[in-house]
Amino acid sequence: MPNKIEEGGQALIKCLESEGVEYIFGYSGGAAIPIFDALVTTENNIEFVLVRHEQGAVHMADGYARATGKPAVVLVTSGPGATNTLTGIMTAHMDSVPMIVVSGQAVSWMLGKDAFQEADIFGITMPVVKHSYLVKETNDIPRITREAFHIATTGRPGPVLIDIPKDVSAGPFTGDLRAEMDLPGYRLNTDVDNDVILRISEAVAKAKRPLILAGHGAMIAQADDVLMALAEKANIPVTSTLLGKGIFPESHRLSLGMLGMHGTAYANKAVCECDLILNVGSRFDDRILGQPDSFCQDATIVHIDIDAAEVGKMIQPQIACVADAKMALEELIKHVPVMEHTAWNKHLDGYKKAYPLKFKRQGGLKMQHVIDEFYKQTEGRACVSTDVGQHQMWAAQFYKNESRYDWLSSGGAGTMGFGFPASIGAAFGRRDDIHICFVGDGGFQMTFFELATVAIHKLPVKIVVLNNHYLGMVRQWQELFYDDRMSGVDLEGNPDFVKLAESFGVKGFNLRRPGDVKRVVETALAYNEGPCLINCEVEKTDNVYPMVPAGAALEAMLVEAPTQKMAKPTGST
Amino acid sequence: MSMEKEIHTVSVYVSNKPGALARIAQVFSRRGYNIESLVVSPAFDGHFSRMTIGCSGSADGLDQIIKQVDKLVDVLRCIDHTNDGSVVKEMGLIKLEVSSDARSEALQIAEHYGCKTIDLTDQSMIIQVVGNPDKIDALEKMIGKFRIVELVRTGKVVMSRGNECT
Ligand SMILES: Cc1ncc(C[n+]2csc(CCOP(=O)(O)OP(=O)(O)O)c2C)c(N)n1
Ligand SMILES: [Mg+2]
Repeated sequence: MPNKIEEGGQALIKCLESEGVEYIFGYSGGAAIPIFDALVTTENNIEFVLVRHEQGAVHMADGYARATGKPAVVLVTSGPGATNTLTGIMTAHMDSVPMIVVSGQAVSWMLGKDAFQEADIFGITMPVVKHSYLVKETNDIPRITREAFHIATTGRPGPVLIDIPKDVSAGPFTGDLRAEMDLPGYRLNTDVDNDVILRISEAVAKAKRPLILAGHGAMIAQADDVLMALAEKANIPVTSTLLGKGIFPESHRLSLGMLGMHGTAYANKAVCECDLILNVGSRFDDRILGQPDSFCQDATIVHIDIDAAEVGKMIQPQIACVADAKMALEELIKHVPVMEHTAWNKHLDGYKKAYPLKFKRQGGLKMQHVIDEFYKQTEGRACVSTDVGQHQMWAAQFYKNESRYDWLSSGGAGTMGFGFPASIGAAFGRRDDIHICFVGDGGFQMTFFELATVAIHKLPVKIVVLNNHYLGMVRQWQELFYDDRMSGVDLEGNPDFVKLAESFGVKGFNLRRPGDVKRVVETALAYNEGPCLINCEVEKTDNVYPMVPAGAALEAMLVEAPTQKMAKPTGST
Repeated sequence: MSMEKEIHTVSVYVSNKPGALARIAQVFSRRGYNIESLVVSPAFDGHFSRMTIGCSGSADGLDQIIKQVDKLVDVLRCIDHTNDGSVVKEMGLIKLEVSSDARSEALQIAEHYGCKTIDLTDQSMIIQVVGNPDKIDALEKMIGKFRIVELVRTGKVVMSRGNECT
């Protein structure tokens, strides 16, 4: 293959390669043909993965990034190809996931004239990207590509869109592949202010009931080692957000698991009772605050975040540190004294005993049972993705994560259809690991067509369909807060998921009885000829607890099914 | 949160890139802020633009907006100049319907406000006023005794005093 760069598309492929891109997930089309052509006319070692829907491509790139810490690239055509990426871009943006989305575009001179398959994707995506480009000059491609990767991966990461008109990607390239970035407005707040660190350490040293809240920012900063060292040095219990799962091993004696709407009772009680909360890289999402005004009212609130705009957005901290989470903790640990906090930890252990996460192994098959069995047999070492709904919350509760990058779940956006393609993306990035994807029967049907992709590439993904024949989480809300008036939640007409899988050449298993859980999970985990699907016919009307009704204070948490009628929740969703 | 509406003056120093204005405007509108005036013009070296934004909404809301604008990739800095003593100026053009017998009174008022007469016909005149927005408001009131046919204001521009940057 010639290694000469003559056209814009070829320059793009070379630039992507030099950024270390391993995979491009995408779908072809007219406006992107010059770029697709460059994939085969340019010498490169990038693998292109043809998905079955552009949304699948974006979630794959997302899963790849969450599971490896590295960005992947999405390549789609203009118009509908580009708009099909929107949900995935928004999902990545909400959860600060790095990603480069390259879209083909109608030729420059037709822009704004309703050309065939013209969509103003630059404008449409503006509120959901970290940054975006509409490329006007072929020779700008290297600079823009370099900037895009820099922006996507540094500071608070996020998706970057590069929209390339067909004449620009097909146009002659005479520029410099190593062009410099030109980003005078892009400033990174990574420096740690030592005075602030001293104030934090003094507050921590004074606290009698301190608590660490670890969020996705700690994960992105890879702060796991120093977080562990700090927690152990001062014996501070740690709770994590949904996206922080795994940054601190959930089997550790100091771990309280996840907090928030469906968090553990002991984590939420710790938040209510602590006298200092050290937030490391969480944006105080409304799903963990309950009611912002009553959140940690009597505690000292410390907020470490790399994004200055997060400070004071939801909660006004007493001490704010705008910095990289890992660098901040590395400074902080030098000043925090060795402490025991015996009484406080004992007190919380009491809550762990009084309010354990539990479920019944008899009667109908429970999602929790299946998830717990996968957890036990993999010892918390699998890379787990979830979709959105009841199964997601149970997976968060019962699949305890041991290390970072092993938990992929759409938090901020709550995007159904995310889990399965995300797991595929993760499996591309880590082919030797076990990948378990817990999906609901509803969400799986939003992106199940990627069964083709997972089959073609023989990826080690265990697709666990937790099939309650309902849009379970919505049904739960209707049962609890709307007098059990079910509306738009019955998934009658579900396919036979095993047959569906087999029609794509994916091995399928059925699981119906609690007594079979151990054996079927064993068989599925032992299966290593590529992907397999386990259709679990679970109880149809089980509910997730603990639960803090949206907008209520954490104190109002229900640890089990309420005995009296509940008012409609006041929170947003 | 204080719900009182205040008028704020915000400056933005931004790379002159396509879409920059739309991104900035989105931050304001998303958070329910009204942009009352907007002036965009090239900074002296051409790669950058200056914006002065007059807007209204609650003070704590503005703090968030400033931070979110400041973090946009194209934005070098975004500063709230409300009540910081910066120089704030605006220009206005006012077209009046004035017959020749009333003209001298109109000119007297205009002169008091340091206006220039830009256009003069038998029935009308255009006066130009430069100053801080309050001054233009006051002139508007005074000259309102004549029929104002059209009034166009540029929107305010701001510059910090002394060594402070804008
Ligand atoms: C794309 C999208 N549409 C709608 C919703 C609202 N929603 C949240 S959870 C849920 C039910 C999910 O049902 P299922 O996938 O079967 O999972 P389950 O709750 O039953 O475990 C719905 C509809 C959503 N989160 N995402
Ligand atoms: Mg379901």
